[in-house]
Amino acid sequence: MEGKECEKSMRALSIAKRLIKQLRGDKRSIALMFVAPVFVMYLLSAILTSATTKPNLDVISAPEAYIEKLQSQAYVSKVDNEDIALKALKDKKIDAYIVFSDVTPKITLEGVDPSITSLVMNMMNKLSLSSTTQKPEIKFLHGSIDMGVFDSTAPILMGFFIFFFVFLIAGVSFLRERISGTLDRILATPLKRWEIVLGYFLGFGLFVSIQTIILQAFSIYGLKIPMIGSFWAVLIINLALAAGSLALGTLLSAFASNEFQLFQFIPIVIVPQIMFSGIFDLRNAPNWAKILSKIFPMTYGADALKNVMLRGKNILEVKFDLLMLIGYAILFLILNTIALKKYRKV
Amino acid sequence: MSNEAVIRVENFKQQFGKLVVLKNINLEVKRGEILGLLGPSGSGKTTLVKAIVGMSEPTEGTVTVLQTKMPSLSVVSKIGYMAQSDALYEDLNAYDNILFFASLYGMKGKEAKKRADEVLELVILRNEGKKLVKNFSGGMKRRLSLAIALVHKPEILILDEPTVGIDPVLRVEFWKEFERIRKAGVTIIITTHVMDEAEHCDRLALIRNGGIIAMGTPDELKDKSGEATVEGAFLYYGRKGV
Repeated sequence: MEGKECEKSMRALSIAKRLIKQLRGDKRSIALMFVAPVFVMYLLSAILTSATTKPNLDVISAPEAYIEKLQSQAYVSKVDNEDIALKALKDKKIDAYIVFSDVTPKITLEGVDPSITSLVMNMMNKLSLSSTTQKPEIKFLHGSIDMGVFDSTAPILMGFFIFFFVFLIAGVSFLRERISGTLDRILATPLKRWEIVLGYFLGFGLFVSIQTIILQAFSIYGLKIPMIGSFWAVLIINLALAAGSLALGTLLSAFASNEFQLFQFIPIVIVPQIMFSGIFDLRNAPNWAKILSKIFPMTYGADALKNVMLRGKNILEVKFDLLMLIGYAILFLILNTIALKKYRKV
Repeated sequence: MSNEAVIRVENFKQQFGKLVVLKNINLEVKRGEILGLLGPSGSGKTTLVKAIVGMSEPTEGTVTVLQTKMPSLSVVSKIGYMAQSDALYEDLNAYDNILFFASLYGMKGKEAKKRADEVLELVILRNEGKKLVKNFSGGMKRRLSLAIALVHKPEILILDEPTVGIDPVLRVEFWKEFERIRKAGVTIIITTHVMDEAEHCDRLALIRNGGIIAMGTPDELKDKSGEATVEGAFLYYGRKGV
């Protein structure tokens, strides 16, 4: 009996080996697989980190002492009257201007771009804080006052790109097996349904692991995203996330009869995952949105990654998230095995 | 024991949704026999073949192969199957394709490699073994599909339109090979819509309008219908509208 079991798992390995052999011959796919997530992550970091600069201000008839203080927080230029400043603001050459007509300064903003508005308001806040006599002492449990948008979302984005690219690869290649007729053909052998599913999981698991390591190493060492936890803990979370995505990709491809249909699953299944994963604050969202976020595996991945990378928690402290991710992977694998019944009854 | 029925189909009916593809199918195939399933495309030949291979379950009736009710995974390993479309891994070479399928039947190492060489030799692809399948011609792919169907030395060989798209010279070679395989005691079911191929079969089942309209040796069918060719016989039984 033991020998038979061994032979069975050998067949899953045969499929894994075949997939590896096939992909090894396809150098361009491999290159894309490893480079694309790194590229997208780099682009995002470039966009999101460049946004946190100082605002450009014009000031009119301000006291010298005030201007000096302003200069520590903004790029300041003095202009003669409000008309010049107003024109500059309309032409988007400056972000705001300040007029000292009497004691209180009057500030005017363009007001359409919320990121610029908050940039200016933040600056004003910092200014008023430093001028009061009772300056509060500010302490952060985690992170710091310099933590920007990219810094705080990078762990989630990294997890999401792993999730997204793995889904694509797994979905498309399993679909190819069906369209080419080879799935039907291998089902005319004693191969068990779960052996196919496991074989795919193992074969792509290898490439996905390499992809995950590359993206993680690039994000942490290349982009220097904030990371105070253990590299290995993050890797375990990412791999669990990738496992879930790999299984989900092959599962959903069973319900698509061509690539076009498979890609329709991206806006339906993948995009909501990032929206509900904690990148936006859901505290005031309607209940259905909160429930939805609890259903998505990405939410647990995002939570675990944030806790380890930004809050320095260890792997045991995020074990609930991790178990959820592994649970999802197993659930999708089982569902996939059942879904294959469509192609062979036993 | 040459009279034992290795394949038995009883009261077979296959339905997809509301569409009844085949009904009232009864047939037996004896060991070492070549049975031809003859019929126009879309008549349900592949549907019947898939039930015998164990890929589908009949809506009604039973399919028994080697005394086992299908679908059964234990019997599947004794059946060699050549699908209608070449289901090959285009980005692997011929040799790796064969080795992969061999491994699904539990063959490995030297044994598998030796057998891969043998079947490649058999379908005259020995020198093409290291070539990627995507560079193969249609005929070469058909041959490789046959090699794969033979790799695990099956007792039963099911060939779905094996000679579609191959040239007449190669077709003759294929039939010589089928003869040789049959002599080794292998039972063969072959589907075709090429009438002159039907002459090579021991027995024929003519399939039309979702049922078997006639069954017998090519000579019997010709005698009973009074026609000189299998094609004529097919048309005769078709007109009778059985």
